[in-house]
Amino acid sequence: MITTTVATGPLLDIRGLSAGYGATAVISGIDMAVARGEIRVIVGPNGAGKSTLLKSLLSMTTILQGQVLFGERDITGVPTAQLVPMGIAAVPQSRNVFVSLSVAENLDVGTYAVPGVDAPRMFERVYQLFPDLKDKRRQPAGELSGGQRQMVAIGRALMADPSLLLLDEPTAGLSPAYLERIFDLIVDIRQTGVTVVMVEQNARQALRIADVGTVLVSGRHHISGHGRALLANDEVRRSFLGGGEAS
Amino acid sequence: MIQFINFYLIPALALGSIYALGAVGISMIFGILRFSHFAHGDVMTLGAYGTLSAVWAFGWHPLAALPFGIALAVAAALVADRAFYRPLRKLPTIYAVIASFGVALMIRSLVQLFWGPQNQVFKSGVRAPLVLFDTFRVSSLHLQAIGITLALALALHWFLSRTRTGRSMRAVSDDPDLASIAGLEPERVIRATWIIGATLAATAGVLAGMDTQVHANMGWNLLLAMFASALLGGIGKPMGAVAGGFLIGLIEELSTYPWIGSEPLVSPSYKSALAFGIMVLILLLRPQGLMRGRLL
Amino acid sequence: MDLYGLTQYLVSFLIAGGIYALLCLALNVQWGYGGLFNAGVAGFFAVGAYTSAILTAAPATGHVGGFALPIPLGLLAAALVAGATGWAVARICVRLKSDYLAIASIGIAEILRLSIINEQWLTNGSLGIANIPRPLEAWITGEASSWVFVVVVWSVVGASWWFCNRLYDSPWGRALRAIRDNEEAAHAVGKDVNALRLQTYVIGCALMGVAGALSAHHFKFLSPAASDPTLVTFLVWVMLVAGGSGNNRGAVTGALVVWGIWSLTEILTSRLPPDWTARSSYLRMFLVGLLLQFVLQRYRRGLVPERSPPLRFAELPAGLDAINETSRIHNKPRSP
Repeated sequence: MITTTVATGPLLDIRGLSAGYGATAVISGIDMAVARGEIRVIVGPNGAGKSTLLKSLLSMTTILQGQVLFGERDITGVPTAQLVPMGIAAVPQSRNVFVSLSVAENLDVGTYAVPGVDAPRMFERVYQLFPDLKDKRRQPAGELSGGQRQMVAIGRALMADPSLLLLDEPTAGLSPAYLERIFDLIVDIRQTGVTVVMVEQNARQALRIADVGTVLVSGRHHISGHGRALLANDEVRRSFLGGGEAS
Repeated sequence: MIQFINFYLIPALALGSIYALGAVGISMIFGILRFSHFAHGDVMTLGAYGTLSAVWAFGWHPLAALPFGIALAVAAALVADRAFYRPLRKLPTIYAVIASFGVALMIRSLVQLFWGPQNQVFKSGVRAPLVLFDTFRVSSLHLQAIGITLALALALHWFLSRTRTGRSMRAVSDDPDLASIAGLEPERVIRATWIIGATLAATAGVLAGMDTQVHANMGWNLLLAMFASALLGGIGKPMGAVAGGFLIGLIEELSTYPWIGSEPLVSPSYKSALAFGIMVLILLLRPQGLMRGRLL
Repeated sequence: MDLYGLTQYLVSFLIAGGIYALLCLALNVQWGYGGLFNAGVAGFFAVGAYTSAILTAAPATGHVGGFALPIPLGLLAAALVAGATGWAVARICVRLKSDYLAIASIGIAEILRLSIINEQWLTNGSLGIANIPRPLEAWITGEASSWVFVVVVWSVVGASWWFCNRLYDSPWGRALRAIRDNEEAAHAVGKDVNALRLQTYVIGCALMGVAGALSAHHFKFLSPAASDPTLVTFLVWVMLVAGGSGNNRGAVTGALVVWGIWSLTEILTSRLPPDWTARSSYLRMFLVGLLLQFVLQRYRRGLVPERSPPLRFAELPAGLDAINETSRIHNKPRSP
């Protein structure tokens, strides 16, 4: 689990980002560079601004200061819908599937913004990663269990063949069985060349698969490092990982 | 029984088809743009008048001239959206409702300005009824209306379930934020919504005009019933709106049938208030509409 | 125009302007204070008019009424009946998205219109009610009577103004504005959102009823064909939005300004050949509609912006805002 340093520079480069909802900053002065092919996990206590950070990448907050670069491109505040064609796919925390559309339709929708994508191949890839979905493909997504919905949500994002996948607490509210699967899945996804940035509450397990972990506290960057190194770090363990449970 | 079918059932379904076509647009606009389009009736009126002019100019049958009415209605809807609704998109949706109230009056004034306030007909004279199987004497107009509406409803269903634009519309209707995150451009979907809504409204206007008369208030007068129909079917569910429209049409016409004794159950003068009464009942008892499950 | 004509014009301008000012104040309570869109103003106006007419007119054949009660009683009854009607409508709709209340208000206006035409035993149908008294009719008649009426109308406007301002500054008013500006937060602080909205609606409708009653007493004759109800509702809205919603001074200003524009253009176009006059009235309506759109987009605060800054709670997350709006839309998550 070594972070690869890429000569061509980070895929996602966040510079001095301050953002919030309205005039108040929820996150301030965030610097974060995510390398290509990296799994970056963002953890921190409740209210630390983790979700806000992700939402800011999606232009769903008020950007007060700073810049977000994707490759060479400045994507600070770019309209949300334009992100998918650029190669950025996101899975919000809740309400992340179209409940009245079937599973197959949900996945299909994921391809609409990317004209050149090979839809049948994407379907195959997603069904391979999530075999359960293939059986349920005609079912309305609203009728699925939480874990299955999560798969649909992640599947929909993958259908766009993204280079960057943003996940907001993908394991929230899932049973332990699904939890394991999701984390394994993320590693598999990374193997296909996708860079993953993930906000997580289940810090312990998430950091285990992280190339780099970033800890946010009170809207500011606190510490970053290799996932396992953070797990071993006493201070981090005590403050954020608690006694065996994620804080 | 025969009399029932001739004079109540078929006209009820014909009326229902007009409501259905209007209600679909209202339902879709609510689902995607999140506001009640008070100008929808007047878009209908505009479609009728546009067709009327084409009929005068070319001497065609109204249904043949319908594309002109549709073109006018669609143009008006798109212009109104661009000029009056889009600037208010980021505000609470009640502003769009107020704006649409204004647009309604603006369309009505333009209609009266250009076509004059007097009532018009597509074709004068009494039409002989169609006699089927030697027993049913029905108006061919009514059958036309019902047939056209059913055909359009089927086409709409196909469109919403099979095409990209249709699925995008359903997605945006479900969750506009998620749709943006998934890369769906909201303005494209919105444009499609107006085009479809206005097309159906114009068709409804022509059918209504053929059945009775074309006048400046024709659409506004039907607005309440169309809203009730959309609500009945579940707001935001276009196919539900079709069913809702037929139901309201049935209830309205059948309410004047002498079910008990020889007097109509509901005085004909209050027929149009019936839709309102039904709407109130729905809002009180089952605001999500009668239809269960997915109805697109 | 000679002096006589001018004074005549001034009198009718002041009376109509006053009645519209009252309507705007009423609507402001509903929209400016409460954020409610009432598209059925004309209906409550009519209810008030007919209530007062029935109670105060001289006895007549063919319909109930003719109690010849004093006018203040008529005004009071108008307020009560219109308020009660508003209560019935709002009671059903106030929990739901504001669109529904708007649709329902159109519906109730329509039902009232139909009732007025059809319930001839009560309203004398299309024939209308005649012999509605003017204030102090026994002693003052003719032109002086009109001037008396100007005083009456503007006294009512003044009293309503005072009343509405008291409401605005009261804890009730502040609670209402808190809800208008950020419902979630206000609810969290324990404000009974629906009850307050209901009260707002009722008060507004009551005042509209009084306006209707005043109109009946001015014209001394009332019939359903009076004026296009939608136009009245529409004009009042333009007046309020243009003048400044959330703001009583703005409401009255807007009423007078827009009424001035409307009646002046009416005079100007009435000098055209009759064919053109009819057409120009439609053009005027179109332009007023355009004015509404313009003000709605650019000058939502109106000519006279709101006095005190609205209470601002911490705004909700942008993404959540849409969700908030969606659930506020239906007042519950994902269902109307």
